[in-house]
Amino acid sequence: MRGEKDKVRVLIAKPGLDGHDRGAKVVARALRDAGMEVIYLGLHQTPEQVVRAAIDEDVDVVGLSVLSGAHMTIFPKVLRMLEERGATDIRVIGGGIIPEDDAAELERLGVARLFAPGTPTAEIIDYVDGLPSEP
Amino acid sequence: MDGDSYEAEKRRWLAETYQSPGEDEERFTTVSGEPVDPLYGPGDVSGLDYLRDLGFPGEYPYTRGIYPSMYRGRLWTMRQFSGFGTARETNERFKFLLGRGQTGLSVAFDMPTIMGYDSDDPMSEGEVGRCGVAIDSVVDMQTLFDGIPLDRITTSMTTNAPASILLAFYLVTGERQGVPFREMGGTIQNDILKEYIAQKSWIFPPRPSLRIITDVMEFCASEVPRWNTISISGYHIREAGSTAAQELAFTLADGMAYVQAGIDAGMDVDEFAPRLSFFFNSHIDFFEEVAKYRAARRIWARVMKERFGAEKEESLLLRFHTQTAGCSLTAQQPENNIVRTAYEGLAAVMGGTQSLHTNSMDEVLALPTEKAVEIALRTQQVIACETGAANTIDPLAGSYYVEHLTDRMESEALEYFDEIEAEGGVLEAIEKGYFQRRIADASYRYQLEVEKGERVIVGVNRFTHDDEKPDIELLRIDPSVESEQVESLRAVRRERDESAVEGAALELRRRADGTGNLMPVILKCARAHMTQGEIVGVMKEVFGEYRERPVY
Repeated sequence: MRGEKDKVRVLIAKPGLDGHDRGAKVVARALRDAGMEVIYLGLHQTPEQVVRAAIDEDVDVVGLSVLSGAHMTIFPKVLRMLEERGATDIRVIGGGIIPEDDAAELERLGVARLFAPGTPTAEIIDYVDGLPSEP
Repeated sequence: MDGDSYEAEKRRWLAETYQSPGEDEERFTTVSGEPVDPLYGPGDVSGLDYLRDLGFPGEYPYTRGIYPSMYRGRLWTMRQFSGFGTARETNERFKFLLGRGQTGLSVAFDMPTIMGYDSDDPMSEGEVGRCGVAIDSVVDMQTLFDGIPLDRITTSMTTNAPASILLAFYLVTGERQGVPFREMGGTIQNDILKEYIAQKSWIFPPRPSLRIITDVMEFCASEVPRWNTISISGYHIREAGSTAAQELAFTLADGMAYVQAGIDAGMDVDEFAPRLSFFFNSHIDFFEEVAKYRAARRIWARVMKERFGAEKEESLLLRFHTQTAGCSLTAQQPENNIVRTAYEGLAAVMGGTQSLHTNSMDEVLALPTEKAVEIALRTQQVIACETGAANTIDPLAGSYYVEHLTDRMESEALEYFDEIEAEGGVLEAIEKGYFQRRIADASYRYQLEVEKGERVIVGVNRFTHDDEKPDIELLRIDPSVESEQVESLRAVRRERDESAVEGAALELRRRADGTGNLMPVILKCARAHMTQGEIVGVMKEVFGEYRERPVY
């Protein structure tokens, strides 16, 4: 649990070319309503843009939504770039149309958690809230 | 019984006979959150004038259907949206679907093709062939339709920002098969307004985008008369989370904006309006959906006649394609999606659709397998051939509930039109984030209802079991598709005549900078084997790129 002063900071973004932003916006709003500091970066972000914003905004968590099938390219790239910049304390979570096998592989590569379609936002809030502030 | 005495009797019945579930009364709402009464009767449709408001099929205001004999004359077109991997793989899927009785084609492009990037662009990395087929040039389009005669099949292409370019690729493909433009039929979605509103696949800013669209309308009116130049789409608005009434209202408002743009470009309304078509969602609330389609026809006929002064009958007809609601499907217990899709498909048919795509059960997890697509197609065939739903026209007309919902849908839409007008029209409302905010609010409200358990989704928040791992087969896209596609794109660039490309590009830049119709020049670019990314690149230099201020 965290005190009022250290509100969790979350960056939500839609990387890649996919425009389906319903889920990303619902999650952004739910996290904000749960008292977190949410930065919604919007659509068509490159991994570079996502990582730069995450570092500039000093966020604790990056949430990425991918529905276009490009998840096996985008998530590893974001993880690699965070590592290159020494920002491995930033947790990466995500959601979208991601088959289970791919999700398992991405979690093995370092994605903290992928949420399947139909996940209640309460579960995402609990998860993000429960992350330790330092790994 | 007149309305007043009905109302009195209904009050009596409610008090004496009906057994109210108490507080639970509030539970009864449509999927859009609209309250539903326990009973509807004559008093709920007392304002209805049969001839004025319903009429007969094929007659104004077309509430009961746009064609005189509807499905007794000809069934709806069974058109499954499909595309993945390379043009060759999708060509095989097309032939599979045609072989199983599908009657029209519908192409799903991958994200780079939708956004106007070539497969070797850095922005395309990881996206090539993933959620649709990759088309870089007319060469890929020729492969896509290899062995499929374009004078005998109609094709729908889901492309918007670069629709003019993909249409040009298609027309040149037909030309090379020996089919004249006049004999080719099909649809391009070409609806950029809903991209800014909901689907978010834009390239250029709104004003040059509207110019491209009116150029396509004008070109097709004279050269490709069987082509549906815009499919004005509510589907994506609904998928983004809108209510049924918002889907209806925002879509028709977009339609009116296109008609106005055509008129402003100097065309006669009857010259292009007959080739406008629509595309709606079919969500899970059966009656609300049927009412939506009926209201849509009536509103459009009245608007076209009264507001735009259209005189040709074809200008008044709201022809539409329907796709069942992807957003109603669940990753949990995915086989249940077959059942959802069947009800949604039935609603579309009861609502008088001209063509239908039924979703496959696995689309919430991946692109569909052949098996899943076949079941989805069979679902339509069962509706058509077994249920009896196609035997008589507009079978739900006269249902107190459906007529009441149809009226309510219409009046809600008219209220939204006023709101949009007050915002300064569709373009200004987009710039102010009006639609985006409305949709985000509706989608969040729905999500909260689901999470509180007020809205039940079978297998998700009720009737779940402990081990929810789906055990259905999923389609895998081979990662080698991307390198293969990039290789064939490079071969196209190697083998073409560069001076023809340079000439076409120069001409395109001049035309984009000037005022003439863009289509003949885009066709020239296509024939010279310019790639989509190259054509878009030239247009971006002149028109610029759109940027959204995100609203959530």
